[in-house]
Amino acid sequence: MSSTESEGGTSLQVVPLKHWGRQIGAVVVLVLVAMVVHTLLSKIPAPSGAVVCHTLNGVKTCHPVVVWRFSWNTVGEYLFNPLVLGGLWLTLQITFWAMLIGITLGLVVAIMRLSHNRLLSGIAWFYTWFFRGTPVYIQILFWFAISTIYPQLTIGIPFSVAFVHLNSVTLFTPLLAGITALGTNEAAYFSEIARAGLISVDEGQIEAATSIGMTTSQTMRMVILPQAMRVIIPPTGNEIISMLKTTSLVAAIGVLELTGIVSEISAANFKTVPLLLVACLWYLLCTTILSIGQFYVERYFARGSLRNQPMTPIQRLRHDLRGIKGKFRTRRVVIHS
Amino acid sequence: MVAARGVTKSYGALQVLKGLSLNVERGEVSCLIGPSGSGKSTFLRCINHLEKHDAGELLVEGELVGYEQRGDKLYERSAKQICGQRANIGMVFQRFNLFQHLTVMENITIGQIKVKGVDEDTARQRARELLLRVGLEAKEKAYPVQLSGGQQQRVAIARALAMEPKLMLFDEPTSALDPELVGEVLDVMRDLASSGMTMIVVTHEMGFAKEVANSVYFLDQGVIEESGAPGDVLENPRTERLRGFLSKVL
Ligand SMILES: Nc1ncnc2c1ncn2[C@@H]1O[C@H](COP(=O)(O)OP(=O)(O)O)[C@@H](O)[C@H]1O
Ligand SMILES: [Mg+2]
Repeated sequence: MSSTESEGGTSLQVVPLKHWGRQIGAVVVLVLVAMVVHTLLSKIPAPSGAVVCHTLNGVKTCHPVVVWRFSWNTVGEYLFNPLVLGGLWLTLQITFWAMLIGITLGLVVAIMRLSHNRLLSGIAWFYTWFFRGTPVYIQILFWFAISTIYPQLTIGIPFSVAFVHLNSVTLFTPLLAGITALGTNEAAYFSEIARAGLISVDEGQIEAATSIGMTTSQTMRMVILPQAMRVIIPPTGNEIISMLKTTSLVAAIGVLELTGIVSEISAANFKTVPLLLVACLWYLLCTTILSIGQFYVERYFARGSLRNQPMTPIQRLRHDLRGIKGKFRTRRVVIHS
Repeated sequence: MVAARGVTKSYGALQVLKGLSLNVERGEVSCLIGPSGSGKSTFLRCINHLEKHDAGELLVEGELVGYEQRGDKLYERSAKQICGQRANIGMVFQRFNLFQHLTVMENITIGQIKVKGVDEDTARQRARELLLRVGLEAKEKAYPVQLSGGQQQRVAIARALAMEPKLMLFDEPTSALDPELVGEVLDVMRDLASSGMTMIVVTHEMGFAKEVANSVYFLDQGVIEESGAPGDVLENPRTERLRGFLSKVL
C-alpha cells in the first residue's frame, strides 16, 4: 500500500469491500439473459420439412430450410398491418375514455365517501363494494345487455314528465357499452386511490386555506388535490397500464381492439404465435411510453415534498457515467493527525 | 374590535369553553396564556369560525362571527359570507401550515388572487414588500420544505398579512421552533404590533407578553381566571392557579 505524507496528514488509499455474492449473482443473471436472447434469435428447421438442394461440382447436397423459431419475419409482416394498427388505435381510444370516466367518476365517489353526510358516504361505499365485488367481464356483458333490459331511455322529470325517448340499441353500441363498463368499474378502484390521496393531506393545510378565506371547493381544487396527487399518481399509472390490457375483454362483446383483431387474423391464417407477438410488441411500446410519462408527472407533483428533486433518467445516466469514470481513479482520503 | 361575552363550546360531553368573555380594542395586542388543554386554540379558532361556538356572543368589528341576528334568532351565515369574514382575520399556526406544493411567492399570492381577486402583478408586488418586511426577500422561489422553521413561520405571517387583515390571531407561533429561531419570529411580531395591528397571541413567551402586550388573559379550564396589564398579571398574580402556572413556564 502506498502512503504519502502530505501537509498535516497522511493520505491513504481506500480499498472498497468486494461484494462476492452480488458479483456471482450478476454473472448467473447475465448467463440466463444470454440464453433467452439466444433462443429468441435462434432458427429451427421449417415445420413443413422443406429442403433446399444445390449442386456444386456435380455433387448434389440438400439441407432443410431453416426459419426463425419465433417467426420474426411474419411478425414484421403484420406489425404495421392496417387491421392491427386499427385495433391498436381502438385500444388506445377505449383506454383513454374508460380512464377519463374512471378518474372523474372515481374522484366524485371518493369525495362523496369522505362527506359528512351519511347518505352520500353510504352510497359511495356501496358503489365501490358493488363494482369491485363483481368481475369486470360480467359487468361488460351486463352493459352490453342493457338495451334488452331498458329498450328505451327517457329524459325528463323523474316519475312524471318525459321529454325525449331514445332507442338504447342504437344509442348503446358495443363500443360504448364496453367503455362504460370499463369506466364505471375503474371508478370503483380509482375512488379508493383518490381517497387515500385525499386523506394523506395534512389537516393543517385545510385550516390554513380556510383561514385565508378559501371556500371548500377552492380548498379542494387548489390545496388538497394538488398535494394528494403525489400519492394518487403512482397507483394511477398502474391503473392506466392495467386498463390498456383489460380493454381486450371487450372482445367478448365483439369489439375488436388489438388483442381481438390479432386473434381474429390468426384464426384465419393459423399464424398464432407471431400475431400474439405483434400484439405484445405494441402493448410493450405503449406501456413504455406511459411509464416515461408517469415519471415526469410524478416528478412534477413531487415538487415541494422533497428538498431535492429526483434526477431525470438522463441526469441519472450522466451521473452514473461520472461515477464509473471516478471508479478508475484511485480514491484517497486524508487523515489528519 | 373583538368582543366575547359568555362564549361556550363543547366537544360532545367535554365543555372546553365555559363562558369566556374578553374585549380587545383596535390596535391592541392581547396575549392569551394558560396551561395546555385550557381551550386557548379552541377560542382562537372560534374567533374566525374555524370552529362553531355553542352559545354566547362573539363579535369582530361589531359583527357577529358566523351568525346574523334577525329578531331574537341567530341565523347561521352562508359559507360565502363566512369566507368573507375570515379573509379579514389572519391566522398563524403553531405548525406553520404553509402550502407545501407552492413556492413562497405562490403561498403569499394565492389568497390575494383567488380570494380577493387581486391581479397577479399587484399580488406579487405586495408579496415582495411583505417578504422584505419579514426579511426573506431572497426566498421567494423556495418551497416550504427548503426553509427552516423560523423562516417558514415568517412566510406564514406574510401570507396572512397579504390578505390585509384587520386582526391577526397567533396560535403558539414559536412553540414548534428551535430556541435559536424563536427570536426572529418574535421580532417580526413585535414589528407588526408597533405598526398598529390588532393581535391576539397565544404564547408561552412571557418576555414577549410583558414587553408587547397591552393586556394578558390567563385562561384555565375554559374560563378567564385573571386578566389585566401584563405588569399586574405576570408580576403580581392573584390566584394560586396563575402562580403555579407561571412558576412552570418562567
Ligand atoms: N376536535 C376536537 N374534538 C374533541 N376534543 C377536542 C377537539 N379539539 C380540542 N379538543 C379538546 O379541547 C380541549 C382544549 O383544547 P385546545 O383548545 O387545543 O387547548 P390549548 O390550545 O389551550 O392547549 C382539550 O382537552 C382538547 O383535548
Ligand atoms: Mg393549542
